[in-house]
Amino acid sequence: MSLIKVKIGVVVFPGSNCDHDAHYVSETIMGQDARLIWHKEGSIGNVDIVILPGGFSYGDYLRCGAIARFSPVMKDVVRFANNGGLVIGICNGFQVLTEAGLLPGVLLRNRSLLFACKYLHLRVENADTKFTNQCKKGELLEIPIAHGEGNYYSDSETLKHLEGNNQIVFRYCDRFGKVTDEANPNGSLKNIAGIINDTGNVLGMMPHPERASDPILKHTDGKKIFESMIQNIQSQFQLVESLVAERSI
Amino acid sequence: MFHSKVYVTLKKSILDPQGKAVEQGIHSLGFESVENVRIGKYIEMDVDANSQNEAERITKEISEKLLANLVMESFTSTTERIKE
Repeated sequence: MSLIKVKIGVVVFPGSNCDHDAHYVSETIMGQDARLIWHKEGSIGNVDIVILPGGFSYGDYLRCGAIARFSPVMKDVVRFANNGGLVIGICNGFQVLTEAGLLPGVLLRNRSLLFACKYLHLRVENADTKFTNQCKKGELLEIPIAHGEGNYYSDSETLKHLEGNNQIVFRYCDRFGKVTDEANPNGSLKNIAGIINDTGNVLGMMPHPERASDPILKHTDGKKIFESMIQNIQSQFQLVESLVAERSI
Repeated sequence: MFHSKVYVTLKKSILDPQGKAVEQGIHSLGFESVENVRIGKYIEMDVDANSQNEAERITKEISEKLLANLVMESFTSTTERIKE
């Protein structure tokens, strides 16, 4: 069975600066069809995956992601997400997703007040998601962060729900996989680095998988997240193809 | 025409590291008696509305939907008539 190329849309807000990296990894490293979607477009078009990239949309004015959330394209992104479409928000994209109400909680200023830019380790807490199916539970990924507001916070009820429902996908940990306060780069509750929504089709993460995907940069753990999303979509295509094949017999 | 002033601050339950840093600065300045320093945002705007009530309602709606993120922030506002 031939593998159909997955269509990946990368939203570009004024001030996005990881959009081209996400596009490059999607198209050149992963070999899929990627396109940039300007935030003023009323529709995301025919895509299988939407990426909200990192950067400083609208200069982080008011709050990170607060204005981007009202960009014309976001209405269609919300519609797509509510229909089960795969949406990943990376760094500023994660902030936009919380502001848009697609993910619970909020990203506060780092407790150090400093911009944190470094490689660190993430522990995969849930490998049974559309974004981590190519990982193993407990596996460590080495992926960089680069943010000033990545301190995940939610009220205790929401946190309980996230934990009970297995929605915490990544936690910051040390190189041995221990989730410690020293390994927490920003003060996030419970070392949270990434979460998914209730229905499992929207992921937000502060670390940058697109910066750890090209072998030329030595680190390629981020590729597993792209591979997982692509695998998820392609397995759906295959399911449809096999159903069609069955019918025509 | 009405003039609204909106003050947005982090909720009391949320640590404000920026406020803490400024508080340390205040102490270094010699004012040891000062505590609970919180940093917030101040936004002002003119609102064209038919009544005080309407102007307040508009201000509140904007504050809740955009100016403050109620997960982490709270706000207070005042609205006054500036001209007929």
